[in-house]
Amino acid sequence: MTRVLATRIASLVFVLWLVTIIAFVLIRLAPGDPSAVMLGSDAAPAAVAEFRARYGLDRPIVVQYLAWLGHVVRGDLGHSIYLGRPVATAILERLPVSLTLTLSAFVIAIVLGVTLGLMAAYWHDTWIDRSVSAVAALGLSLPSFWLGICLIYLLAVRWPLLPSGGFVEPWRDPLSALRHLLLPAFALGYLQSGLIARMTRASMLDALRGDFVRTARSKGVGELYVVVKHAFRNALIPVLTVSGIALAVLFGGAVVIETVFTLPGVGRLLVNAVVRRDYPVVQGTLLLVAAWYVVVNIAVDVLYTVSDPRVRLRAS
Amino acid sequence: MAVAAGALRWRGLGSAANLALVGIALLIGFIVVGPHVYSPSPTLVSAGARLQPPSWEHPLGTDQLGREVLARVMAGGRQSLRVAGLTMALTVIAGSLLGLLAGAVRPLDNVLMRISDAFLALPAVILAIALMAVREPSEGNVVLALVVVYTPRVARVVRGKALLIREMPYVEAAHALGARLTRVVRRHILPNATPELIVQGTFIFGYAILDEATLSFLGVGPPPPAPSWGNMLAEARYLIRDAFWISFFPGLLIGLAVLGANILGDGIRDRFDPRKGE
Repeated sequence: MTRVLATRIASLVFVLWLVTIIAFVLIRLAPGDPSAVMLGSDAAPAAVAEFRARYGLDRPIVVQYLAWLGHVVRGDLGHSIYLGRPVATAILERLPVSLTLTLSAFVIAIVLGVTLGLMAAYWHDTWIDRSVSAVAALGLSLPSFWLGICLIYLLAVRWPLLPSGGFVEPWRDPLSALRHLLLPAFALGYLQSGLIARMTRASMLDALRGDFVRTARSKGVGELYVVVKHAFRNALIPVLTVSGIALAVLFGGAVVIETVFTLPGVGRLLVNAVVRRDYPVVQGTLLLVAAWYVVVNIAVDVLYTVSDPRVRLRAS
Repeated sequence: MAVAAGALRWRGLGSAANLALVGIALLIGFIVVGPHVYSPSPTLVSAGARLQPPSWEHPLGTDQLGREVLARVMAGGRQSLRVAGLTMALTVIAGSLLGLLAGAVRPLDNVLMRISDAFLALPAVILAIALMAVREPSEGNVVLALVVVYTPRVARVVRGKALLIREMPYVEAAHALGARLTRVVRRHILPNATPELIVQGTFIFGYAILDEATLSFLGVGPPPPAPSWGNMLAEARYLIRDAFWISFFPGLLIGLAVLGANILGDGIRDRFDPRKGE
């Protein structure tokens, strides 16, 4: 098992390395030289030469990449051109906001998605099933930022129950933090709950038809116990997979939601960096997002084996 | 092209998907024919009619510069659908070519698939935003960014299909009869991959509408004053308190268009799913 996991981790680290190439090449796609964008097109030649020397742009491209990669491996993501500080520091400062948002949205997505999916499968082909399908389809189609705007209008403007934006650290004031998080986390989480609900429903439909469910029922096991303990336990693997994807995607979706609710997270950092052409920050954020994807994937792999002992036998 | 012909012959897609098809047709009609019926300019500033709520005179209200929201929604829709349509077409073409290449040439397969792994490690929106960092915000560059983002996804699907069909006895027979690789691709692999390509294309159409709106909303899409659903939402965001209708309608249309594309995609997929009976 450890060997299987080690191979998986190795291949994911390989993916991360490929992403460093994408992130590096990306900057090379910029029209002209980064110095032209950063100093302006009418900069003095001496200033351009100085800039190119400072950022190592006068060296061969492979050397530049390796030098950059060497720094990245040591946790040095370079210096933000606009903020004038290390990229890693800027990201780490904003990471708690994005992580709090992503994880709260994830909790909402899971609770909503699994509950709806279980209901739809249990009451298969009834109005409940059809309503869940409609809710799920909407979740996959509505723009999260529009949902956020509508929620702000309804619950912060029309009936002022919740704040329309801003971030409060949960460890400072848990109640206020919860009130601030509720709308953005819902706007973000609802979208992914659709996917989770669909997968839960499909997987549960298979499981509920299983012989072991009939056996459990004929033994006189309680209905709730049958559904949760017998059927859902066996329907878990596809739900885990899609939840892992959701967690990875949510981190990306946070970018937009942070803009709507003016949350000072990594997403705001990325969008501002793109507008300001602050390339080191863009590169650093890309790597962070890819690293998040890798970590989530490893976690899902581990959870597979925890949730289903048969996976151990299959893996090779 | 026997299979593809079957794909195009009308046999119904299920009630939801048929409804979605009608909905998309209506939406395109609204956007294309609409401006001929309702003629005010989407960019005409009218200082006397700022922030008017929906009424007979201003069907969907006016924005902070007195521009007609209805006219802007129609013009914005044309841009959104143009971006989505172009993205869909170019992605399907590029994805098919790369997928067939990977499926046909073994040594290339590994390289191409590893590259696509790296692209798939980044959420589509993030990658598109990052690509816009190095390009001017324009319609063409948004299409380019979205094509780069989605091509690996299509290529994987086509490659999987190609590897599968390549091993089929009838392909072996074709080879034995002396058919060239190009003929096998054209006569066997491509027609068999067509249903899947149509499904993928439909979904990408929907994603592209959503992504274009997201990019515009974040200020890295096609720039104003030309309206797009996304940049209308971006401008209207600060006016939620006074004029919610400016945000409401473009977002609603994005949702409807994407919903239509998603349901249609599901319908087409079910239609070709061998596990579901005729």
